Amino acid sequence: MATAPRFWRQNPSRYNMVGIRCNSCGRNFFPPRAICPVCHRKSVGKMELVKYKGEGRIYSFTEVHDGLDERASLKPYVVAMVELEEGPKVTAQVIDCDPCTVEIGTKVRAVLRKLSEEGDAGVIHYGYKFVPVKEK
Amino acid sequence: MRRVAVIGVGDTKFGELWDASFRDIGIKAGLAAVEDANISAEKIDALFVGNMSAGRFIEQEHIGALIADYAGLAKDHIPATRVEAAGASGGLALRQGYMAIASGLHDIVVVGGAEKMMDVSDVASAFIQSSAADQEWETELGATFPSLHALIARRHMHEHGTTREQLADVAVKNHRHGSMNPKAQFQKEITRDTVLGSLMVSSPLRMFDCAPSSDGAAAVVLCPLDLAKNYTETPVEIVGSGQASDTLALHHRRDIMTFDATRVAAERAFKMAGVTQKDVDVAEVHDNFTISEILAIEDLGFFKKGEGGKATEDGRTSLDGDVAVNTSGGLKARGDPIGATGLAQAVEIVTQLRGKADKRQVKDASVGLTHNVGGTGATAVVHVFRRV
Ligand SMILES: [Zn+2]
Repeated sequence: MATAPRFWRQNPSRYNMVGIRCNSCGRNFFPPRAICPVCHRKSVGKMELVKYKGEGRIYSFTEVHDGLDERASLKPYVVAMVELEEGPKVTAQVIDCDPCTVEIGTKVRAVLRKLSEEGDAGVIHYGYKFVPVKEK
Repeated sequence: MRRVAVIGVGDTKFGELWDASFRDIGIKAGLAAVEDANISAEKIDALFVGNMSAGRFIEQEHIGALIADYAGLAKDHIPATRVEAAGASGGLALRQGYMAIASGLHDIVVVGGAEKMMDVSDVASAFIQSSAADQEWETELGATFPSLHALIARRHMHEHGTTREQLADVAVKNHRHGSMNPKAQFQKEITRDTVLGSLMVSSPLRMFDCAPSSDGAAAVVLCPLDLAKNYTETPVEIVGSGQASDTLALHHRRDIMTFDATRVAAERAFKMAGVTQKDVDVAEVHDNFTISEILAIEDLGFFKKGEGGKATEDGRTSLDGDVAVNTSGGLKARGDPIGATGLAQAVEIVTQLRGKADKRQVKDASVGLTHNVGGTGATAVVHVFRRV
């Protein structure tokens, strides 16, 4: 199991969808990284943390029937690759939905939810999941 | 650079080997390869071992020295090195052995690969396999290793019209090939209905779309080509070796339906070998999931992007097709003891190029290829082999 500091380090991005923009080329990256993989050294000192809107569309999805613990295996859950409005893609669960209604292209919004718990009385880890957004 | 040949191959049966330990299977495969090469132990200059996760599967690290020791080589103090790149550990170990001989540093090198996966529960095994993906930004957010391949499959079906039946055809073909391989974990033929009726793992992928967990080991003996005839009548030359890497997380790729690492590793290996896709008679590709074989035959350049499913359905990758793919049964039917897989692929190709593959022999096979992948394509290793 991951230690508390590991989750603590990831928290700004996990809680608030904070990514990073390279002000040399304008590209966005999530999670933040020290150097732009396109601009390399030119990006040093030009990487700026940005809070993303947390909105995007489903690029691909799957209903997971063999989750990594016994409880998850009892109930299938949806995992999707989401293309954020800012450009980067992320992998996360989609909740509050009937799996049958999820499609490639469905609009979704990030919400903060419990990701996992270490043991019955252990540390609880939070992070983003996505919920479908009704389109007008 | 010196030219390099394979002069010996050996492997264990793959599957649930309850009665054998990690060291037992590692030594069994190594001894078989050394016997096949007809060399004495004192001749061995170095050992490379491909292994993904002995630390978590059997709580044993330091695998290089362990295997050298139990092979009876401790008193010779040979360099023994473990190589890790998740599912590509074996292929990468082969490349290290190749480079050690090509560079002139060593003359006789044994390269082995081994994994003992069945000593842990299925859930523990799934956790360990998921560590080949990005733990912090994929697994911890709910993705399993099969689910990441399901994301690829869904998008491939969406954009290229690949059908659920075509995915099943990969498994049907590889089980048919496996039925002709006495070392395979599964030697029974299956039908489309077997696949389509099997338990859902991660939609659209079902249990028969996934390679099994396995115990097993495989090994080869390498030497400079100009010495090879001293040991064997039928040396097989490694004429090309390519390796490439890519982003660890699938969602950071340029295109999730293409493994660029495979594409680039293949370009490098083909260029070095001076051959093209059309010259390849037989290929062992990394079919850890049925969708993975579709991607592999496209990204290796055997078929255009989006046409892998159709090519499979049309039998173009069968034993008598344009290129015979996974004649051993592949990871799907032969089994997938992770660190051993890259070496098992080399064992099959050498066996084919020697003309010793019995019922599954590809007629007049002279050029073969192996393709080994780590994670969801973050590492790829491609080797091209030619009958001498
Ligand atoms: Zn940049």
